[in-house]
Amino acid sequence: MWGFLKRPVVVTADINLSLVALTGMGLLSRLWRLTYPRAVVFDEVYYGQYISFYMKQIFFLDDSGPPFGHMVLALGGYLGGFDGNFLWNRIGAENALITQSRLMLLESVLIFFNLLAVLSYLKFFNCQKHSPFSLSWWFWLTLTGVACSCAVGIKYMGVFTYVLVLGVAAVHAWHLIGDQTLSNVCVFCHLLARAVALLVIPVVLYLLFFYVHLILVFRSGPHDQIMSSAFQASLEGGLARITQGQPLEVAFGSQVTLRNVFGKPVPCWLHSHQDTYPMIYENGRGSSHQQQVTCYPFKDVNNWWIVKDPRRHQLVVSSPPRPVRHGDMVQLVHGMTTRSLNTHDVAAPLSPHSQEVSCYIDYNISMPAQNLWRLEIVNRGSDTDVWKTILSEVRFVHVNTSAVLKLSGAHLPDWGYRQLEIVGEKLSRGYHGSTVWNVEEHRYGASQEQRERERELHSPAQVDVSRNLSFMARFSELQWRMLALRSDDSEHKYSSSPLEWVTLDTNIAYWLHPRTSAQIHLLGNIVIWVSGSLALAIYALLSLWYLLRRRRNVHDLPQDAWLRWVLAGALCAGGWAVNYVPFFLMEKTLFLYHYLPALTFQILLLPVVLQHISDHLCRSQLQRSVFSALVVAWYSSACHVSNTLRPLTYGDKSLSPHELKALRWKDSWDILIRKH
Amino acid sequence: MPPATGGGLAESELRPRRGRCSPQAARAAGRDVAAEAVARSPKRPAWGSRRFEAAGWWALLALVTLLSFATRFHRLDEPPHICWREVQRTEESSPKGFSSFCLFFSPQMLIGLAGYLSGYDGTFLFQKPGDKYEHHSYMGMRGFCAFLGSWLVPFAYLTVLDLSKSLSAALLTAALLTFDTGCLTLSQYILLDPILMFFIMAAMLSMVKYNSCADRPFSAPWWFWLSLTGVSLAGALGVKFVGLFIILQVGLNTIADLWYLFGDLSLSLVTVGKHLTARVLCLIVLPLALYTATFAVHFMVLSKSGPGDGFFSSAFQARLSGNNLHNASIPEHLAYGSVITVKNLRMAIGYLHSHRHLYPEGIGARQQQVTTYLHKDYNNLWIIKKHNTNSDPLDPSFPVEFVRHGDIIRLEHKETSRNLHSHYHEAPMTRKHYQVTGYGINGTGDSNDFWRIEVVNRKFGNRIKVLRSRIRFIHLVTGCVLGSSGKVLPKWGWEQLEVTCTPYLKETLNSIWNVEDHINPKLPNISLDVLQPSFPEILLESHMVMIRGNSGLKPKDNEFTSKPWHWPINYQGLRFSGVNDTDFRVYLLGNPVVWWLNLLSIALYLLSGSIIAVAMQRGARLPAEVAGLSQVLLRGGGQVLLGWTLHYFPFFLMGRVLYFHHYFPAMLFSSMLTGILWDTLLRLCAWGLASWPLARGIHVAGILSLLLGTAYSFYLFHPLAYGMVGPLAQDPQSPMAGLRWLDSWDF
Repeated sequence: MWGFLKRPVVVTADINLSLVALTGMGLLSRLWRLTYPRAVVFDEVYYGQYISFYMKQIFFLDDSGPPFGHMVLALGGYLGGFDGNFLWNRIGAENALITQSRLMLLESVLIFFNLLAVLSYLKFFNCQKHSPFSLSWWFWLTLTGVACSCAVGIKYMGVFTYVLVLGVAAVHAWHLIGDQTLSNVCVFCHLLARAVALLVIPVVLYLLFFYVHLILVFRSGPHDQIMSSAFQASLEGGLARITQGQPLEVAFGSQVTLRNVFGKPVPCWLHSHQDTYPMIYENGRGSSHQQQVTCYPFKDVNNWWIVKDPRRHQLVVSSPPRPVRHGDMVQLVHGMTTRSLNTHDVAAPLSPHSQEVSCYIDYNISMPAQNLWRLEIVNRGSDTDVWKTILSEVRFVHVNTSAVLKLSGAHLPDWGYRQLEIVGEKLSRGYHGSTVWNVEEHRYGASQEQRERERELHSPAQVDVSRNLSFMARFSELQWRMLALRSDDSEHKYSSSPLEWVTLDTNIAYWLHPRTSAQIHLLGNIVIWVSGSLALAIYALLSLWYLLRRRRNVHDLPQDAWLRWVLAGALCAGGWAVNYVPFFLMEKTLFLYHYLPALTFQILLLPVVLQHISDHLCRSQLQRSVFSALVVAWYSSACHVSNTLRPLTYGDKSLSPHELKALRWKDSWDILIRKH
Repeated sequence: MPPATGGGLAESELRPRRGRCSPQAARAAGRDVAAEAVARSPKRPAWGSRRFEAAGWWALLALVTLLSFATRFHRLDEPPHICWREVQRTEESSPKGFSSFCLFFSPQMLIGLAGYLSGYDGTFLFQKPGDKYEHHSYMGMRGFCAFLGSWLVPFAYLTVLDLSKSLSAALLTAALLTFDTGCLTLSQYILLDPILMFFIMAAMLSMVKYNSCADRPFSAPWWFWLSLTGVSLAGALGVKFVGLFIILQVGLNTIADLWYLFGDLSLSLVTVGKHLTARVLCLIVLPLALYTATFAVHFMVLSKSGPGDGFFSSAFQARLSGNNLHNASIPEHLAYGSVITVKNLRMAIGYLHSHRHLYPEGIGARQQQVTTYLHKDYNNLWIIKKHNTNSDPLDPSFPVEFVRHGDIIRLEHKETSRNLHSHYHEAPMTRKHYQVTGYGINGTGDSNDFWRIEVVNRKFGNRIKVLRSRIRFIHLVTGCVLGSSGKVLPKWGWEQLEVTCTPYLKETLNSIWNVEDHINPKLPNISLDVLQPSFPEILLESHMVMIRGNSGLKPKDNEFTSKPWHWPINYQGLRFSGVNDTDFRVYLLGNPVVWWLNLLSIALYLLSGSIIAVAMQRGARLPAEVAGLSQVLLRGGGQVLLGWTLHYFPFFLMGRVLYFHHYFPAMLFSSMLTGILWDTLLRLCAWGLASWPLARGIHVAGILSLLLGTAYSFYLFHPLAYGMVGPLAQDPQSPMAGLRWLDSWDF
């Protein structure tokens, strides 16, 4: 503990004895019976699953963070065991951290890189003072950048620490600019080196993680559906098997399936079937009673449409094929029923402000067919672009009413088999994914007769042209989807709110022995949590006091002590704040373990404050001795609490209901007690 | 080691300008210009020039104001029907609205008052956009909004004048705002935005004025501007919560100011204390008092019951006359056989409700729906019965038996005689909860109808009080708690809110209820007056309801919604009125020339500002004139940039539905920045070319061309604001044909 006290400010390169001892203790407490619960614990379910995906090289998507963390875990698994990433930790008595780091979850790795980033920045900062541009200077600077990008690569939460390091570096750089003893060139070199190490390297590394990720997972898997057709086609198996060898350019007479680009609430394809809209809806409104057009989330022969030239009658591709271009007028003929896509001034079934879309049936009741659509290629390079399979994103604008074909997102009632509603949006307001479509499956139709055509539609496509997506395109899509993927804000038994974390009003039960009542909980050492918060409060008050006094020109602290105090506070208190405050703005389900990164920073602040009090506030030797005694007492109480809670951390001992009840110090702690 | 992170900041930046007190300062600026005039015509006598320059200063201000009023009031009466959100606004401001309690607050009173004074009779039913006003007098209300909207231009003019001490910068800003079609459109209708922007700009102006009085603390103008800042802040916050951002800005400015005073060792601590007290009084106490006062008036005026009642708690309703809880007297303790309504404690959830419709097939069991409903209705009535007998407890031969904490009860729906029921089926929306249904025939169901009634924080055996007791219903078989998830059911559930039984026993307001109406002829009634909430409670509650209502406006996935990044690039406007080519169309869109100039200016400002800041940090020696100009750029411009940042970036964090018009307060700041930036840059340019004969001309020519360019663009785009008829702009026949510069504009 005491060896660590000097760490944030006086960093020495040689490893002293206490450091080794602490490392040993940290390792021991973390690796102690690591293999014990031979069962899957809590979120290990998910992460374990992802790792097996890596092993099988199957594509997957997880919204919790970028792929680096998973890769680290997979690597660990690959080498034959979780390899104790916890060399760093010198606080041996913190139950929550022990629990978290023993299990195969991402937080521990994240905390490791967070602290590595801060530590290497401090080392770098010390080098800056005496030997800029030396080898160790470069080493620590680069390591800062690398650690930051690793932290971001594990979980997006790592961004907070990255921002903190960037902020501190920016302030220091600003002072550097103000240092008039340095030449302009020298300042420029300094700034350039920092920019490269702290901005360029992390970005490059981050891209690298994705690059490796995408190389490793090249087979299609369960999350394919979320991605665009183009992305799916670049994976091995799945859609690629179907689309491989499709003709690229859509021509008049092509048979296509049309996928909605937005794909929410579910990815689906434009679809029609024999059934018609009910004459009268439940709420009394009428319909056109024409054939339903829906969006259907499964592959089906009824998803096939034929692109027809309105001026000709044939439904086959001529030779040579005449490609469809931006701005061309087309009709879309449903393959199985040969009725064409139509919209008219009739209210849609569920969205009465939009037009109904149907496949036209001529009832001979003075309701003419309005089945002409103008093709707009949204992502066109020029106005004469050709409509391309998979790559082109197109809108269909109705010629008569200028309504746009759109997926409304509502589910039709039973008469529509709960498929999704398709409407003609009259007030098309700008670009929105729900009005944009792309061709997924495509073949040149060759059958003149309907019977023949139906057989053709049932058969798979052939021919062979392969196409690949560039890495950047795949990266940006994957990144975008990961950020946009909003998991259902599901309630969880152990979810908690940020306010409960500080006071440790919550816990997470990780594991319960199938028969006995041995159990593992994520539960902090309450003495350390309270003293961490206390240290933070003391730090804030003392800083405010010093700051006000300095402003009135009263200097309580010598200049260098003050600077150390500020820097230590900026990193530790700042680290706590950036890792904690943003959670108040988040809407996703939060758990206690989200607080752990913030907590580690808070605990780092603790020795800083203790040291400060003993050095500067204790005036006499007597006071100092009393204070030391208090610290020892505090420390032993922390050890005692840690020891008491040990069964819940390691889960190695079955406790009686009575003992468990005794451990339930707070009513809000949810400790599992078996009923017998 | 560089200087400290914390302390270094204090010495270097953020000290307020110690300029001369206005209007002398402004006159001084006028003097510069006049000095130029004098230089050109040296024969003019000195005393005459001073009078002349003062007159010129006032004349210019008058011109700016006049132009602003003229553009805002021009064709104010068109179109004679409701545009866009005027629906909401007029509804609440109609004198009819005086008698029904609505969720919106004080500014409506202002508009309502204006409408009242100008003879608007409140009989017009505001239903949907496009309805004609016909004989109803709406001009008073529109005129009031336009009046406030017109003041934006002179306010901005004076603010920039004070920050930059340059008439040309101020003129440029005024021109940008006068000729912006967006500001113009927004000021012409019965909306909250002109009022909000009026108060924001007033606060900004008085803050700047009071900063420039800093050399004469505690003088009359100092007090005047300081308290005016406070008053404007109260106004801004009272209109919309967006007013919080200007409060933040004034707060930051005040903290920096105090920090500077505190570091001034020539001032004694007592003086600093006086400064602090003055600011606390004027910027915290005064606005709060005003704000609560407007609320008090609001509650007094809107003291009658209306359709919005159900949003509020039972106790709140008790003070609305016309509400059935007003002056009511009901039995105090719950007894078996009582007919009750049960209200969720969370705001805006409503009453436990059931009706003769079943859950649709595929959604849990096909039994009768149970929902929560915000409005009062017979279907909210439930009878509380013993779980094991079905006898009628109101039979006079039975003695009264009170319901106690921990009792096992059955709730029977009065209209349909079905029991409140739950079982292990998943709830319709919240899949992890259990479904709640109405079950049984004439009160005979099964053991899944049994609930344990518990009072929160109470021991066994106590009676249950109407209104006061916070109760929970625990399902006996599954152990789950009755609650409402607050999610809106689809069409089949009539868009009422979902009721579930949650297996997670966390204590949230969603699963706590109170009994509101209570009918039991066998019990004596007591008066409810004791329940009347105090004013602070009312204040708190109405704010909670408003915040919930605000955050409840979530965008739907498949709808096109306006995103904050669209706004500064003027990506897309808002249709105020009219869609087809035969309609009279008004389209809220910023003047693209102005907006894109603003966008460019922000980038240019960041660039030039950081160059100057780095140069100063490197200790470069700047000539006096350049140093003065960079001070204007860094301090004046910095303050305005802060305003823009505070009024723009928070929207990125908001989850609610956003509209284009939310950007307009930020746009005001952006225009002021443009004025300051271009004037300073042109002056710097002119200074750099000082040896050249045309140097001074560059500044004049630059400003003039900007002014004329803006005016010409307004000439081009004015139909957007004043209304267009005829073909849409896609049509080459249309007069607007060449002006559809972006595909996303649909006018």
